[in-house]
Amino acid sequence: MKLPKARAARRRRLAVLLLAGLGLGTAAALTLTAFDDHLVFFHTPSDIADKKVPLDRQMRIGGLVEVGSLERVQGTAEVRFRVTDLEHAVPVAYVGVLPDLFREGQGVVANGKLAADGTFRAREVLARHDENYMPPEVAEALKRSGRWNETMGAGTAPPAGPPPAPATQR
Amino acid sequence: MNWQALANPARFKRLSDRLLPWFAGGAALCLAVGLYLGLVASPPDYQQGDSVRIMYVHVPAAWMAMFVYANLAVAAAASLVWRHPLADVAGRAMAPIGAAFTFLCLATGSLWGKPMWGTWWVWDARLTSVLILFFVYIAYMALNSAFDDDTRGARSSAILALVGAINLPIIKFSVDWWNTLHQPASVSRLDGPSIHASMLTPLLLMAVGFTLLFFALALVRMRAGLIERRLAALSYTRSADAGVASFR
Repeated sequence: MKLPKARAARRRRLAVLLLAGLGLGTAAALTLTAFDDHLVFFHTPSDIADKKVPLDRQMRIGGLVEVGSLERVQGTAEVRFRVTDLEHAVPVAYVGVLPDLFREGQGVVANGKLAADGTFRAREVLARHDENYMPPEVAEALKRSGRWNETMGAGTAPPAGPPPAPATQR
Repeated sequence: MNWQALANPARFKRLSDRLLPWFAGGAALCLAVGLYLGLVASPPDYQQGDSVRIMYVHVPAAWMAMFVYANLAVAAAASLVWRHPLADVAGRAMAPIGAAFTFLCLATGSLWGKPMWGTWWVWDARLTSVLILFFVYIAYMALNSAFDDDTRGARSSAILALVGAINLPIIKFSVDWWNTLHQPASVSRLDGPSIHASMLTPLLLMAVGFTLLFFALALVRMRAGLIERRLAALSYTRSADAGVASFR
Protein backbone atom coordinates (compact mmCIF):
# COMPACT_ATOMS: atom_id res chain seq x y z
CA MET A 1 0.00 0.00 0.00
CA LYS A 2 1.56 3.25 -1.11
CA LEU A 3 0.07 6.32 0.42
CA PRO A 4 0.95 9.65 -1.16
CA LYS A 5 2.13 10.61 2.32
CA ALA A 6 4.73 7.83 2.33
CA ARG A 7 5.94 8.96 -1.07
CA ALA A 8 6.24 12.54 0.13
CA ALA A 9 8.22 11.35 3.15
CA ARG A 10 10.53 9.38 0.87
CA ARG A 11 11.09 12.39 -1.33
CA ARG A 12 11.79 14.52 1.72
CA ARG A 13 14.33 12.01 3.06
CA LEU A 14 16.03 11.89 -0.35
CA ALA A 15 16.21 15.70 -0.44
CA VAL A 16 17.66 15.84 3.09
CA LEU A 17 20.21 13.19 2.14
CA LEU A 18 21.29 15.01 -1.02
CA LEU A 19 21.50 18.31 0.83
CA ALA A 20 23.57 16.75 3.62
CA GLY A 21 25.81 15.15 1.00
CA LEU A 22 26.29 18.49 -0.72
CA GLY A 23 27.17 20.17 2.57
CA LEU A 24 29.56 17.43 3.58
CA GLY A 25 31.18 17.43 0.14
CA THR A 26 31.69 21.18 0.26
CA ALA A 27 33.15 21.00 3.75
CA ALA A 28 35.53 18.23 2.73
CA ALA A 29 36.57 20.07 -0.44
CA LEU A 30 37.30 23.24 1.55
CA THR A 31 39.30 21.32 4.15
CA LEU A 32 41.33 19.52 1.49
CA THR A 33 41.98 22.79 -0.34
CA ALA A 34 43.18 24.29 2.93
CA PHE A 35 45.56 21.33 3.43
CA ASP A 36 46.85 21.68 -0.10
CA ASP A 37 50.59 22.20 0.23
CA HIS A 38 50.82 21.33 3.89
CA LEU A 39 49.80 17.71 3.58
CA VAL A 40 53.04 16.55 2.01
CA PHE A 41 54.98 13.44 2.78
CA PHE A 42 58.27 15.00 1.72
CA HIS A 43 59.74 18.33 0.65
CA THR A 44 61.72 18.80 -2.53
CA PRO A 45 65.25 20.23 -2.75
CA SER A 46 63.67 23.29 -4.38
CA ASP A 47 61.50 23.84 -1.29
CA ILE A 48 64.69 23.86 0.77
CA ALA A 49 66.53 26.16 -1.64
CA ASP A 50 63.57 28.57 -1.56
CA LYS A 51 63.45 28.22 2.25
CA LYS A 52 59.76 27.31 2.02
CA VAL A 53 60.13 24.91 4.95
CA PRO A 54 61.42 25.37 8.50
CA LEU A 55 64.96 24.03 8.18
CA ASP A 56 65.70 23.42 11.85
CA ARG A 57 63.38 20.44 12.29
CA GLN A 58 63.09 16.78 11.39
CA MET A 59 61.71 16.51 7.90
CA ARG A 60 61.64 14.35 4.82
CA ILE A 61 63.16 15.32 1.52
CA GLY A 62 62.37 13.53 -1.71
CA GLY A 63 63.86 13.46 -5.19
CA LEU A 64 66.21 11.49 -7.38
CA VAL A 65 69.62 10.21 -6.34
CA GLU A 66 71.82 12.32 -8.57
CA VAL A 67 73.71 10.15 -11.04
CA GLY A 68 77.42 10.01 -10.18
CA SER A 69 76.97 11.49 -6.70
CA LEU A 70 76.94 8.25 -4.68
CA GLU A 71 80.04 7.62 -2.59
CA ARG A 72 80.80 5.40 0.38
CA VAL A 73 82.98 6.82 3.13
CA GLN A 74 85.96 4.45 3.53
CA GLY A 75 86.05 2.43 6.72
CA THR A 76 82.53 3.36 7.85
CA ALA A 77 78.97 2.42 6.91
CA GLU A 78 78.32 5.98 5.85
CA VAL A 79 77.09 6.75 2.35
CA ARG A 80 76.87 10.18 0.78
CA PHE A 81 74.81 11.17 -2.20
CA ARG A 82 72.89 14.12 -3.54
CA VAL A 83 69.11 14.27 -3.82
CA THR A 84 67.95 16.35 -6.74
CA ASP A 85 64.65 17.43 -8.25
CA LEU A 86 66.48 18.41 -11.45
CA GLU A 87 66.49 22.04 -10.35
CA HIS A 88 68.25 22.02 -7.02
CA ALA A 89 70.19 19.37 -5.15
CA VAL A 90 70.84 18.66 -1.47
CA PRO A 91 73.81 16.61 -0.22
CA VAL A 92 72.74 13.75 2.03
CA ALA A 93 74.75 11.70 4.51
CA TYR A 94 73.36 8.42 5.82
CA VAL A 95 74.61 5.59 8.01
CA GLY A 96 72.68 2.36 7.69
CA VAL A 97 71.13 -0.19 5.40
CA LEU A 98 69.75 1.05 2.10
CA PRO A 99 66.62 -0.50 0.53
CA ASP A 100 67.03 -2.88 -2.44
CA LEU A 101 65.73 -0.37 -4.95
CA PHE A 102 68.25 2.29 -3.92
CA ARG A 103 70.54 3.22 -6.81
CA GLU A 104 71.65 6.28 -8.72
CA GLY A 105 68.81 7.84 -10.64
CA GLN A 106 66.23 6.24 -8.33
CA GLY A 107 63.57 8.19 -6.46
CA VAL A 108 64.19 8.29 -2.71
CA VAL A 109 62.70 9.85 0.39
CA ALA A 110 65.13 10.62 3.21
CA ASN A 111 64.01 11.39 6.74
CA GLY A 112 66.35 13.47 8.88
CA LYS A 113 67.60 16.93 9.67
CA LEU A 114 69.53 19.59 7.83
CA ALA A 115 72.93 20.15 9.49
CA ALA A 116 74.55 23.57 9.81
CA ASP A 117 76.90 22.83 6.91
CA GLY A 118 73.93 22.30 4.56
CA THR A 119 74.24 18.49 4.57
CA PHE A 120 71.05 16.58 5.19
CA ARG A 121 71.74 14.00 7.91
CA ALA A 122 69.32 11.16 7.18
CA ARG A 123 68.04 8.78 9.84
CA GLU A 124 66.17 6.70 7.31
CA VAL A 125 66.26 6.38 3.52
CA LEU A 126 63.27 4.96 1.63
CA ALA A 127 63.16 4.13 -2.06
CA ARG A 128 60.30 5.10 -4.31
CA HIS A 129 59.37 3.34 -7.50
CA ASP A 130 57.14 4.53 -10.30
CA GLU A 131 53.88 3.28 -11.71
CA ASN A 132 55.47 1.49 -14.70
CA TYR A 133 55.59 -2.28 -14.58
CA MET A 134 57.21 -4.34 -17.33
CA PRO A 135 59.40 -7.40 -17.86
CA PRO A 136 63.18 -6.73 -17.95
CA GLU A 137 63.34 -7.57 -21.69
CA VAL A 138 60.79 -4.88 -22.49
CA ALA A 139 62.72 -2.33 -20.43
CA GLU A 140 65.88 -3.30 -22.34
CA ALA A 141 64.11 -3.00 -25.69
CA LEU A 142 62.75 0.42 -24.76
CA LYS A 143 66.21 1.60 -23.77
CA ARG A 144 67.73 0.24 -27.00
CA SER A 145 65.10 1.88 -29.19
CA GLY A 146 65.61 5.17 -27.37
CA ARG A 147 62.01 5.42 -26.23
CA TRP A 148 63.03 5.24 -22.59
CA ASN A 149 61.86 8.26 -20.68
CA GLU A 150 64.71 9.68 -18.56
CA THR A 151 62.79 9.65 -15.33
CA MET A 152 61.26 6.19 -15.95
CA GLY A 153 61.76 3.83 -13.10
CA ALA A 154 62.87 6.67 -10.90
CA GLY A 155 59.73 6.97 -8.86
CA THR A 156 58.98 10.58 -9.70
CA ALA A 157 56.39 11.55 -12.24
CA PRO A 158 57.98 13.25 -15.24
CA PRO A 159 57.49 16.99 -14.81
CA ALA A 160 54.84 18.54 -17.01
CA GLY A 161 55.87 20.87 -19.80
CA PRO A 162 59.25 21.10 -21.49
CA PRO A 163 62.08 18.90 -20.19
CA PRO A 164 63.87 20.51 -17.25
CA ALA A 165 67.37 21.90 -17.46
CA PRO A 166 70.15 19.67 -16.12
CA ALA A 167 70.66 19.81 -12.38
CA THR A 168 72.62 22.81 -11.28
CA GLN A 169 75.76 21.92 -9.41
CA ARG A 170 76.43 24.09 -6.50
CA MET B 1 11.92 -5.01 -14.59
CA ASN B 2 11.14 -2.92 -11.57
CA TRP B 3 14.18 -2.98 -9.30
CA GLN B 4 11.97 -2.90 -6.24
CA ALA B 5 10.72 -6.33 -7.23
CA LEU B 6 14.20 -7.58 -6.36
CA ALA B 7 13.80 -6.23 -2.87
CA ASN B 8 11.08 -8.77 -2.20
CA PRO B 9 12.85 -11.42 -0.05
CA ALA B 10 11.22 -14.38 -1.84
CA ARG B 11 12.19 -13.05 -5.27
CA PHE B 12 15.64 -12.23 -3.95
CA LYS B 13 16.05 -15.81 -2.82
CA ARG B 14 14.98 -17.21 -6.19
CA LEU B 15 17.30 -14.87 -8.07
CA SER B 16 20.23 -15.56 -5.77
CA ASP B 17 19.64 -19.32 -6.15
CA ARG B 18 20.20 -18.93 -9.86
CA LEU B 19 23.16 -16.48 -9.66
CA LEU B 20 25.16 -17.98 -6.80
CA PRO B 21 26.70 -20.97 -8.67
CA TRP B 22 27.80 -18.70 -11.52
CA PHE B 23 29.42 -16.20 -9.17
CA ALA B 24 31.12 -18.87 -7.08
CA GLY B 25 32.28 -20.91 -10.08
CA GLY B 26 33.47 -17.84 -11.97
CA ALA B 27 35.37 -16.62 -8.92
CA ALA B 28 37.12 -19.99 -8.45
CA LEU B 29 38.08 -20.14 -12.14
CA CYS B 30 39.32 -16.53 -12.40
CA LEU B 31 41.28 -16.73 -9.15
CA ALA B 32 42.88 -20.06 -10.04
CA VAL B 33 43.98 -18.89 -13.50
CA GLY B 34 44.86 -15.42 -12.22
CA LEU B 35 47.01 -16.76 -9.39
CA TYR B 36 48.78 -19.19 -11.72
CA LEU B 37 49.50 -16.47 -14.29
CA GLY B 38 50.45 -13.95 -11.63
CA LEU B 39 52.61 -16.09 -9.36
CA VAL B 40 54.12 -18.48 -11.89
CA ALA B 41 53.68 -17.62 -15.55
CA SER B 42 54.10 -13.84 -15.62
CA PRO B 43 57.55 -12.26 -15.98
CA PRO B 44 59.38 -10.56 -13.09
CA ASP B 45 59.48 -6.76 -13.09
CA TYR B 46 62.50 -4.97 -14.55
CA GLN B 47 63.01 -3.13 -11.27
CA GLN B 48 61.34 -5.10 -8.53
CA GLY B 49 62.04 -8.63 -9.72
CA ASP B 50 59.73 -11.26 -8.24
CA SER B 51 58.47 -8.95 -5.48
CA VAL B 52 56.13 -7.47 -8.06
CA ARG B 53 53.97 -10.60 -7.73
CA ILE B 54 52.52 -9.20 -4.50
CA MET B 55 50.78 -6.72 -6.80
CA TYR B 56 48.43 -9.43 -8.13
CA VAL B 57 46.84 -9.72 -4.69
CA HIS B 58 47.48 -6.25 -3.29
CA VAL B 59 46.05 -4.12 -6.09
CA PRO B 60 42.79 -6.08 -6.65
CA ALA B 61 42.29 -6.17 -2.86
CA ALA B 62 42.66 -2.37 -2.79
CA TRP B 63 40.16 -1.97 -5.62
CA MET B 64 37.73 -4.27 -3.80
CA ALA B 65 38.14 -2.35 -0.54
CA MET B 66 36.81 0.71 -2.38
CA PHE B 67 34.28 -1.08 -4.59
CA VAL B 68 32.68 -2.84 -1.63
CA TYR B 69 32.53 0.47 0.21
CA ALA B 70 30.79 2.11 -2.75
CA ASN B 71 28.21 -0.70 -2.63
CA LEU B 72 27.87 -0.24 1.12
CA ALA B 73 27.22 3.47 0.62
CA VAL B 74 24.53 2.77 -2.01
CA ALA B 75 22.87 0.27 0.35
CA ALA B 76 23.06 2.86 3.14
CA ALA B 77 21.38 5.51 0.97
CA ALA B 78 18.65 3.01 -0.03
CA SER B 79 18.19 2.10 3.62
CA LEU B 80 17.79 5.73 4.69
CA VAL B 81 15.54 6.88 1.84
CA TRP B 82 13.41 3.81 1.07
CA ARG B 83 13.70 2.20 4.50
CA HIS B 84 13.83 -1.20 2.87
CA PRO B 85 14.94 -4.04 5.16
CA LEU B 86 16.86 -5.74 2.33
CA ALA B 87 19.17 -2.70 2.13
CA ASP B 88 19.94 -3.07 5.85
CA VAL B 89 20.62 -6.77 5.37
CA ALA B 90 22.88 -5.95 2.39
CA GLY B 91 24.88 -3.40 4.36
CA ARG B 92 25.37 -5.76 7.27
CA ALA B 93 26.39 -8.54 4.86
CA MET B 94 28.92 -6.48 2.91
CA ALA B 95 30.77 -4.64 5.69
CA PRO B 96 32.90 -7.55 7.00
CA ILE B 97 33.80 -8.58 3.43
CA GLY B 98 34.97 -5.05 2.68
CA ALA B 99 36.91 -4.89 5.92
CA ALA B 100 38.60 -8.19 5.04
CA PHE B 101 39.63 -6.89 1.60
CA THR B 102 40.94 -3.68 3.19
CA PHE B 103 42.95 -5.69 5.70
CA LEU B 104 44.33 -7.87 2.90
CA CYS B 105 45.32 -4.72 1.02
CA LEU B 106 47.07 -3.21 4.06
CA ALA B 107 48.83 -6.44 5.01
CA THR B 108 50.11 -7.25 1.51
CA GLY B 109 51.07 -3.61 1.03
CA SER B 110 53.12 -3.72 4.20
CA LEU B 111 54.85 -6.93 3.07
CA TRP B 112 55.58 -5.29 -0.28
CA GLY B 113 56.76 -2.03 1.25
CA LYS B 114 59.48 -3.58 3.39
CA PRO B 115 61.63 -5.01 0.57
CA MET B 116 60.90 -2.27 -1.99
CA TRP B 117 60.61 0.99 -0.07
CA GLY B 118 62.55 -0.14 2.97
CA THR B 119 59.72 0.25 5.47
CA TRP B 120 56.63 -1.64 6.62
CA TRP B 121 54.58 1.48 7.04
CA VAL B 122 54.69 5.24 6.47
CA TRP B 123 52.09 7.86 7.27
CA ASP B 124 51.69 9.17 3.74
CA ALA B 125 48.32 10.28 2.37
CA ARG B 126 47.54 7.04 0.49
CA LEU B 127 48.38 4.62 3.29
CA THR B 128 46.72 6.73 5.95
CA SER B 129 43.48 7.20 3.99
CA VAL B 130 43.22 3.43 3.39
CA LEU B 131 43.80 2.78 7.10
CA ILE B 132 40.96 5.22 7.82
CA LEU B 133 38.76 3.23 5.40
CA PHE B 134 39.53 0.10 7.45
CA PHE B 135 38.54 1.89 10.67
CA VAL B 136 35.32 3.16 9.08
CA TYR B 137 34.38 -0.43 8.19
CA ILE B 138 35.07 -1.50 11.79
CA ALA B 139 33.09 1.46 13.15
CA TYR B 140 30.20 0.60 10.79
CA MET B 141 30.06 -2.95 12.11
CA ALA B 142 30.34 -1.83 15.73
CA LEU B 143 27.63 0.83 15.39
CA ASN B 144 25.38 -1.52 13.44
CA SER B 145 25.27 -4.00 16.31
CA ALA B 146 25.44 -1.46 19.14
CA PHE B 147 21.65 -1.09 19.53
CA ASP B 148 19.11 -3.56 20.88
CA ASP B 149 16.80 -2.37 18.14
CA ASP B 150 18.22 -3.55 14.80
CA THR B 151 16.48 -0.79 12.85
CA ARG B 152 18.16 1.92 14.90
CA GLY B 153 21.53 0.23 14.44
CA ALA B 154 20.95 0.03 10.68
CA ARG B 155 19.91 3.69 10.52
CA SER B 156 22.88 5.09 12.48
CA SER B 157 25.44 2.92 10.72
CA ALA B 158 23.95 3.91 7.33
CA ILE B 159 24.60 7.58 8.16
CA LEU B 160 28.16 6.69 9.15
CA ALA B 161 28.62 4.78 5.88
CA LEU B 162 27.48 7.78 3.84
CA VAL B 163 29.73 10.21 5.72
CA GLY B 164 32.64 7.80 5.26
CA ALA B 165 32.06 7.74 1.49
CA ILE B 166 33.89 11.08 1.29
CA ASN B 167 37.04 9.04 1.90
CA LEU B 168 36.75 7.20 -1.45
CA PRO B 169 37.80 10.09 -3.74
CA ILE B 170 40.46 11.04 -1.17
CA ILE B 171 41.98 7.54 -1.39
CA LYS B 172 41.81 7.52 -5.18
CA PHE B 173 43.35 10.95 -5.75
CA SER B 174 45.67 11.09 -2.70
CA VAL B 175 48.62 10.08 -4.88
CA ASP B 176 47.88 12.88 -7.37
CA TRP B 177 46.98 15.67 -4.95
CA TRP B 178 49.86 15.27 -2.56
CA ASN B 179 53.35 13.87 -2.84
CA THR B 180 53.39 10.45 -1.28
CA LEU B 181 55.75 7.52 -0.96
CA HIS B 182 53.13 5.42 -2.75
CA GLN B 183 53.38 5.64 -6.54
CA PRO B 184 50.52 7.02 -8.69
CA ALA B 185 47.89 4.88 -10.43
CA SER B 186 49.08 2.40 -13.05
CA VAL B 187 45.84 1.10 -14.54
CA SER B 188 43.11 3.75 -14.36
CA ARG B 189 44.97 6.54 -16.13
CA LEU B 190 43.88 8.86 -18.90
CA ASP B 191 46.72 7.71 -21.17
CA GLY B 192 46.12 3.99 -20.66
CA PRO B 193 47.66 1.49 -18.28
CA SER B 194 51.40 1.69 -17.65
CA ILE B 195 51.63 -2.04 -17.02
CA HIS B 196 52.89 -4.45 -19.65
CA ALA B 197 50.16 -6.69 -21.09
CA SER B 198 51.80 -9.85 -19.68
CA MET B 199 51.30 -8.40 -16.19
CA LEU B 200 48.01 -6.62 -16.80
CA THR B 201 46.18 -9.82 -17.80
CA PRO B 202 46.68 -11.68 -14.49
CA LEU B 203 45.99 -8.45 -12.60
CA LEU B 204 42.60 -7.95 -14.29
CA LEU B 205 41.75 -11.67 -13.94
CA MET B 206 42.39 -11.42 -10.20
CA ALA B 207 40.23 -8.29 -10.04
CA VAL B 208 37.33 -10.04 -11.82
CA GLY B 209 37.82 -13.06 -9.55
CA PHE B 210 37.73 -10.94 -6.38
CA THR B 211 34.62 -9.12 -7.66
CA LEU B 212 32.77 -12.39 -8.31
CA LEU B 213 33.96 -13.72 -4.95
CA PHE B 214 32.55 -10.61 -3.29
CA PHE B 215 29.18 -11.06 -5.04
CA ALA B 216 29.04 -14.74 -4.04
CA LEU B 217 29.97 -14.05 -0.40
CA ALA B 218 27.59 -11.10 -0.17
CA LEU B 219 24.69 -13.18 -1.55
CA VAL B 220 25.34 -16.00 0.91
CA ARG B 221 25.60 -13.57 3.82
CA MET B 222 22.48 -11.69 2.73
CA ARG B 223 20.48 -14.92 2.57
CA ALA B 224 21.72 -15.84 6.03
CA GLY B 225 20.80 -12.34 7.20
CA LEU B 226 17.27 -12.67 5.85
CA ILE B 227 16.82 -16.05 7.56
CA GLU B 228 18.14 -14.55 10.81
CA ARG B 229 15.58 -11.77 10.61
CA ARG B 230 12.74 -14.22 10.08
CA LEU B 231 13.99 -16.36 12.93
CA ALA B 232 14.16 -13.35 15.23
CA ALA B 233 10.64 -12.31 14.20
CA LEU B 234 9.34 -15.84 14.74
CA SER B 235 10.91 -16.34 18.15
CA TYR B 236 9.68 -12.87 19.12
CA THR B 237 6.06 -13.74 18.31
CA ARG B 238 6.42 -17.14 19.96
CA SER B 239 7.87 -15.74 23.16
CA ALA B 240 5.18 -13.07 23.09
CA ASP B 241 2.54 -15.83 22.78
CA ALA B 242 4.19 -17.80 25.58
CA GLY B 243 4.29 -14.69 27.70
CA VAL B 244 0.61 -14.12 27.17
CA ALA B 245 -0.13 -17.79 27.89
CA SER B 246 1.78 -17.86 31.18
CA PHE B 247 0.15 -14.61 32.18
CA ARG B 248 -3.20 -16.21 31.79
